[in-house]
Amino acid sequence: MTTHMPGSIDETVELLSGANYIADRPLATVAYLALKMGRPLFLEGEAGVGKTEIAKVLAETLGRDLIRLQCYEGLDLSAAVYEWNYSAQMIEIRMAEAEGVDDRDRLQSDIFSDRFLIKRPLLRALEPHAGGAPVLLIDELDRTDEAFEAFLLEVLSDYQITIPEIGTIKAAEPPIVIITSNRTREVHDALKRRCLYHWVGYPSAELELDIIKRKKPEVGDQLAKEIVGFIQALRGEDLFKSPGVAETLDWVSALNELNALALDPKIVNDTLGVLLKYQDDIARMEGSEAKRLVDQIQSEIRNRV
Amino acid sequence: MELTPANSNKPAPTGQLPANIMHFARVLRETGLPVGPGAVLDALDAVQGGGMSSKKDFYWILHSIFVKRHEHTMLFDHAFEVFWRKPKMIEQMMQLLFQQVRVETKPDKKKAGQKRLAEAMFDHEEQQSARERPRDEIELEGEYTASAREVLRSKDFEQMSAEEERQAREAIRRMRMNRLEVKMRRFQPASRGKIDLRATLRSSMRSGGDMTALKFKARQTREPPLVVLLDISGSMANYSRVFLHFLHALTNDRSRVQVFTFGTRLTNITRELRRRDVDEAMELVGSHVNDWSGGTRIGHILREFNVKWSRRVLAQGAHVLIMTDGLDRDDTQVLEAEMARLHRSAKRVVWLNPLLRYAGFEARAAGIRAMMPYVDEFRPCHNLNTLADLAEVLSGSRELAHDPRRWLDQAADRLAMEAST
Repeated sequence: MTTHMPGSIDETVELLSGANYIADRPLATVAYLALKMGRPLFLEGEAGVGKTEIAKVLAETLGRDLIRLQCYEGLDLSAAVYEWNYSAQMIEIRMAEAEGVDDRDRLQSDIFSDRFLIKRPLLRALEPHAGGAPVLLIDELDRTDEAFEAFLLEVLSDYQITIPEIGTIKAAEPPIVIITSNRTREVHDALKRRCLYHWVGYPSAELELDIIKRKKPEVGDQLAKEIVGFIQALRGEDLFKSPGVAETLDWVSALNELNALALDPKIVNDTLGVLLKYQDDIARMEGSEAKRLVDQIQSEIRNRV
Repeated sequence: MELTPANSNKPAPTGQLPANIMHFARVLRETGLPVGPGAVLDALDAVQGGGMSSKKDFYWILHSIFVKRHEHTMLFDHAFEVFWRKPKMIEQMMQLLFQQVRVETKPDKKKAGQKRLAEAMFDHEEQQSARERPRDEIELEGEYTASAREVLRSKDFEQMSAEEERQAREAIRRMRMNRLEVKMRRFQPASRGKIDLRATLRSSMRSGGDMTALKFKARQTREPPLVVLLDISGSMANYSRVFLHFLHALTNDRSRVQVFTFGTRLTNITRELRRRDVDEAMELVGSHVNDWSGGTRIGHILREFNVKWSRRVLAQGAHVLIMTDGLDRDDTQVLEAEMARLHRSAKRVVWLNPLLRYAGFEARAAGIRAMMPYVDEFRPCHNLNTLADLAEVLSGSRELAHDPRRWLDQAADRLAMEAST
């Protein structure tokens, strides 16, 4: 089933929210343009703000296959693009010998045929797919090294890959490419230049409340408001790593499991490890600090009502 | 070749818009955003793609094309505001954006530095300075007298005349660093190592399928990233100028070096130092850094570094060089916590301290005591010889002599001896 590409920014917002992904307008704009112009979308931002999620949602809503390439240090062509199945090739050679085949050209074309080719994500993304071009997610590009980036540059500009033994493989329809980075190093400008860039920030209070209600409808209204208030306040604190949306949702689940109906300092203290992942940050927020924030938020909510 | 042929099969854009976008792109370029002609065509494409229903959309459409770095968002925002709403303000704005504060470094700042140094080193300044000072001078003159060059190599930067300093800079320019290489997870062809099946098979095809020669591959090596934090406060004034030359040589010699200066604020000067020409680079650094020869707030600076930069520059096993005398009057609690964090996120922390040249140097200053436990290596760097030794640091060899713990023990012993006599 293939859904049509969204025809406007509003349609993009709707499309995403249809799969429970609440995007703010800037993000929807850049996603719409990426789809429309056929450009890769480069998303940068803190961990846990929903960069990877958007690729999954796009694949799901557009009815495309999702191909994911998780980057890591030392990622090379054999893991990212293709590899030959050496053991099978060797057996093939032995068999050819046994049969007495001595035509070198034939042997070569037999050995280096599709049968022995192990396709990795980038190559698979260039192949024709049933539901239209797939969504290619290149996740955490900053983890790999510059050499791979340079290679990617070639793939992303022409959407083609050259395999010396076979020839050039070119995508009939370019895949929808989404690249994410946590910015543990700067990705080279040359690569960014080919992409549409967007910095994914933390959502506003309103948006975050919407996200919680969509994703965890079982949570009470009061608790959801308090959670959003607390997390927004937490992001204003002087922390090493502020909690992202992923942490918010985890926390909502945790509080739900504990049958909490409202925040109280004790329960916040007990579950702080869900939100904050650095000991210094936890030590900073524990005890009186958490109580102060909870009190502040609750009085704010009361005053608003 | 671009996949979306810009405007090729679409009607030519009409009206003022193309010209305006082009002018806007020029404004962005002037403010320092890397905007190429391709981006202008893309922007036209994107804007005409429609789907725009408000000015906000227009903003974000242009944003998605022109902005390629998070920190450029602010510049873009200002430029957009000015260009599309109040075009007349542009010139004023440009001036604002380009306001450069030039602070020339004064070559003669010895007094301030020396005074602070004496205070920090000698708790009872009057009695001890009399005892310690002469010893230093004997040491400096005694060692090398063979040739003028030898003397220069061991002469303290602080004591150098202008001419000597010039020669020292020249020597630094010629200095070549040893390289520390770490193994990567990537392979390259080699004469021995692991068997490279792919290459073996390919080469065997040449002989028609008979297994002939095995091909091998071995891990590639490369240098790990290096992050340098250089103290440019008043007490370091005489050293920081020479160190900057050293860092310029270093930045141009190897890849993946990030250099920061700090006094009262943290400045990333990597881009400035990348200039090949040393004078040009120094001039750029001079205009970019605003806190020359002021005070130091090491704790707060490290905090800023940890929060803003550490995740961006300390990945992939980075080594950190801190060049400071450690004289800091700030709250040592912050300093200690931040040093601990830095130590945890970096592969190795090396502290280069020009004060260490004094045999009688003891960690009396609270800042030094706070930093010491989180340093892997503690070294002097006050003359050309010690800078050349730095090559050794960068090549990763560990010498017991520079182990901070050993040094602390020795200092404690010395203190005990003094107390008993």
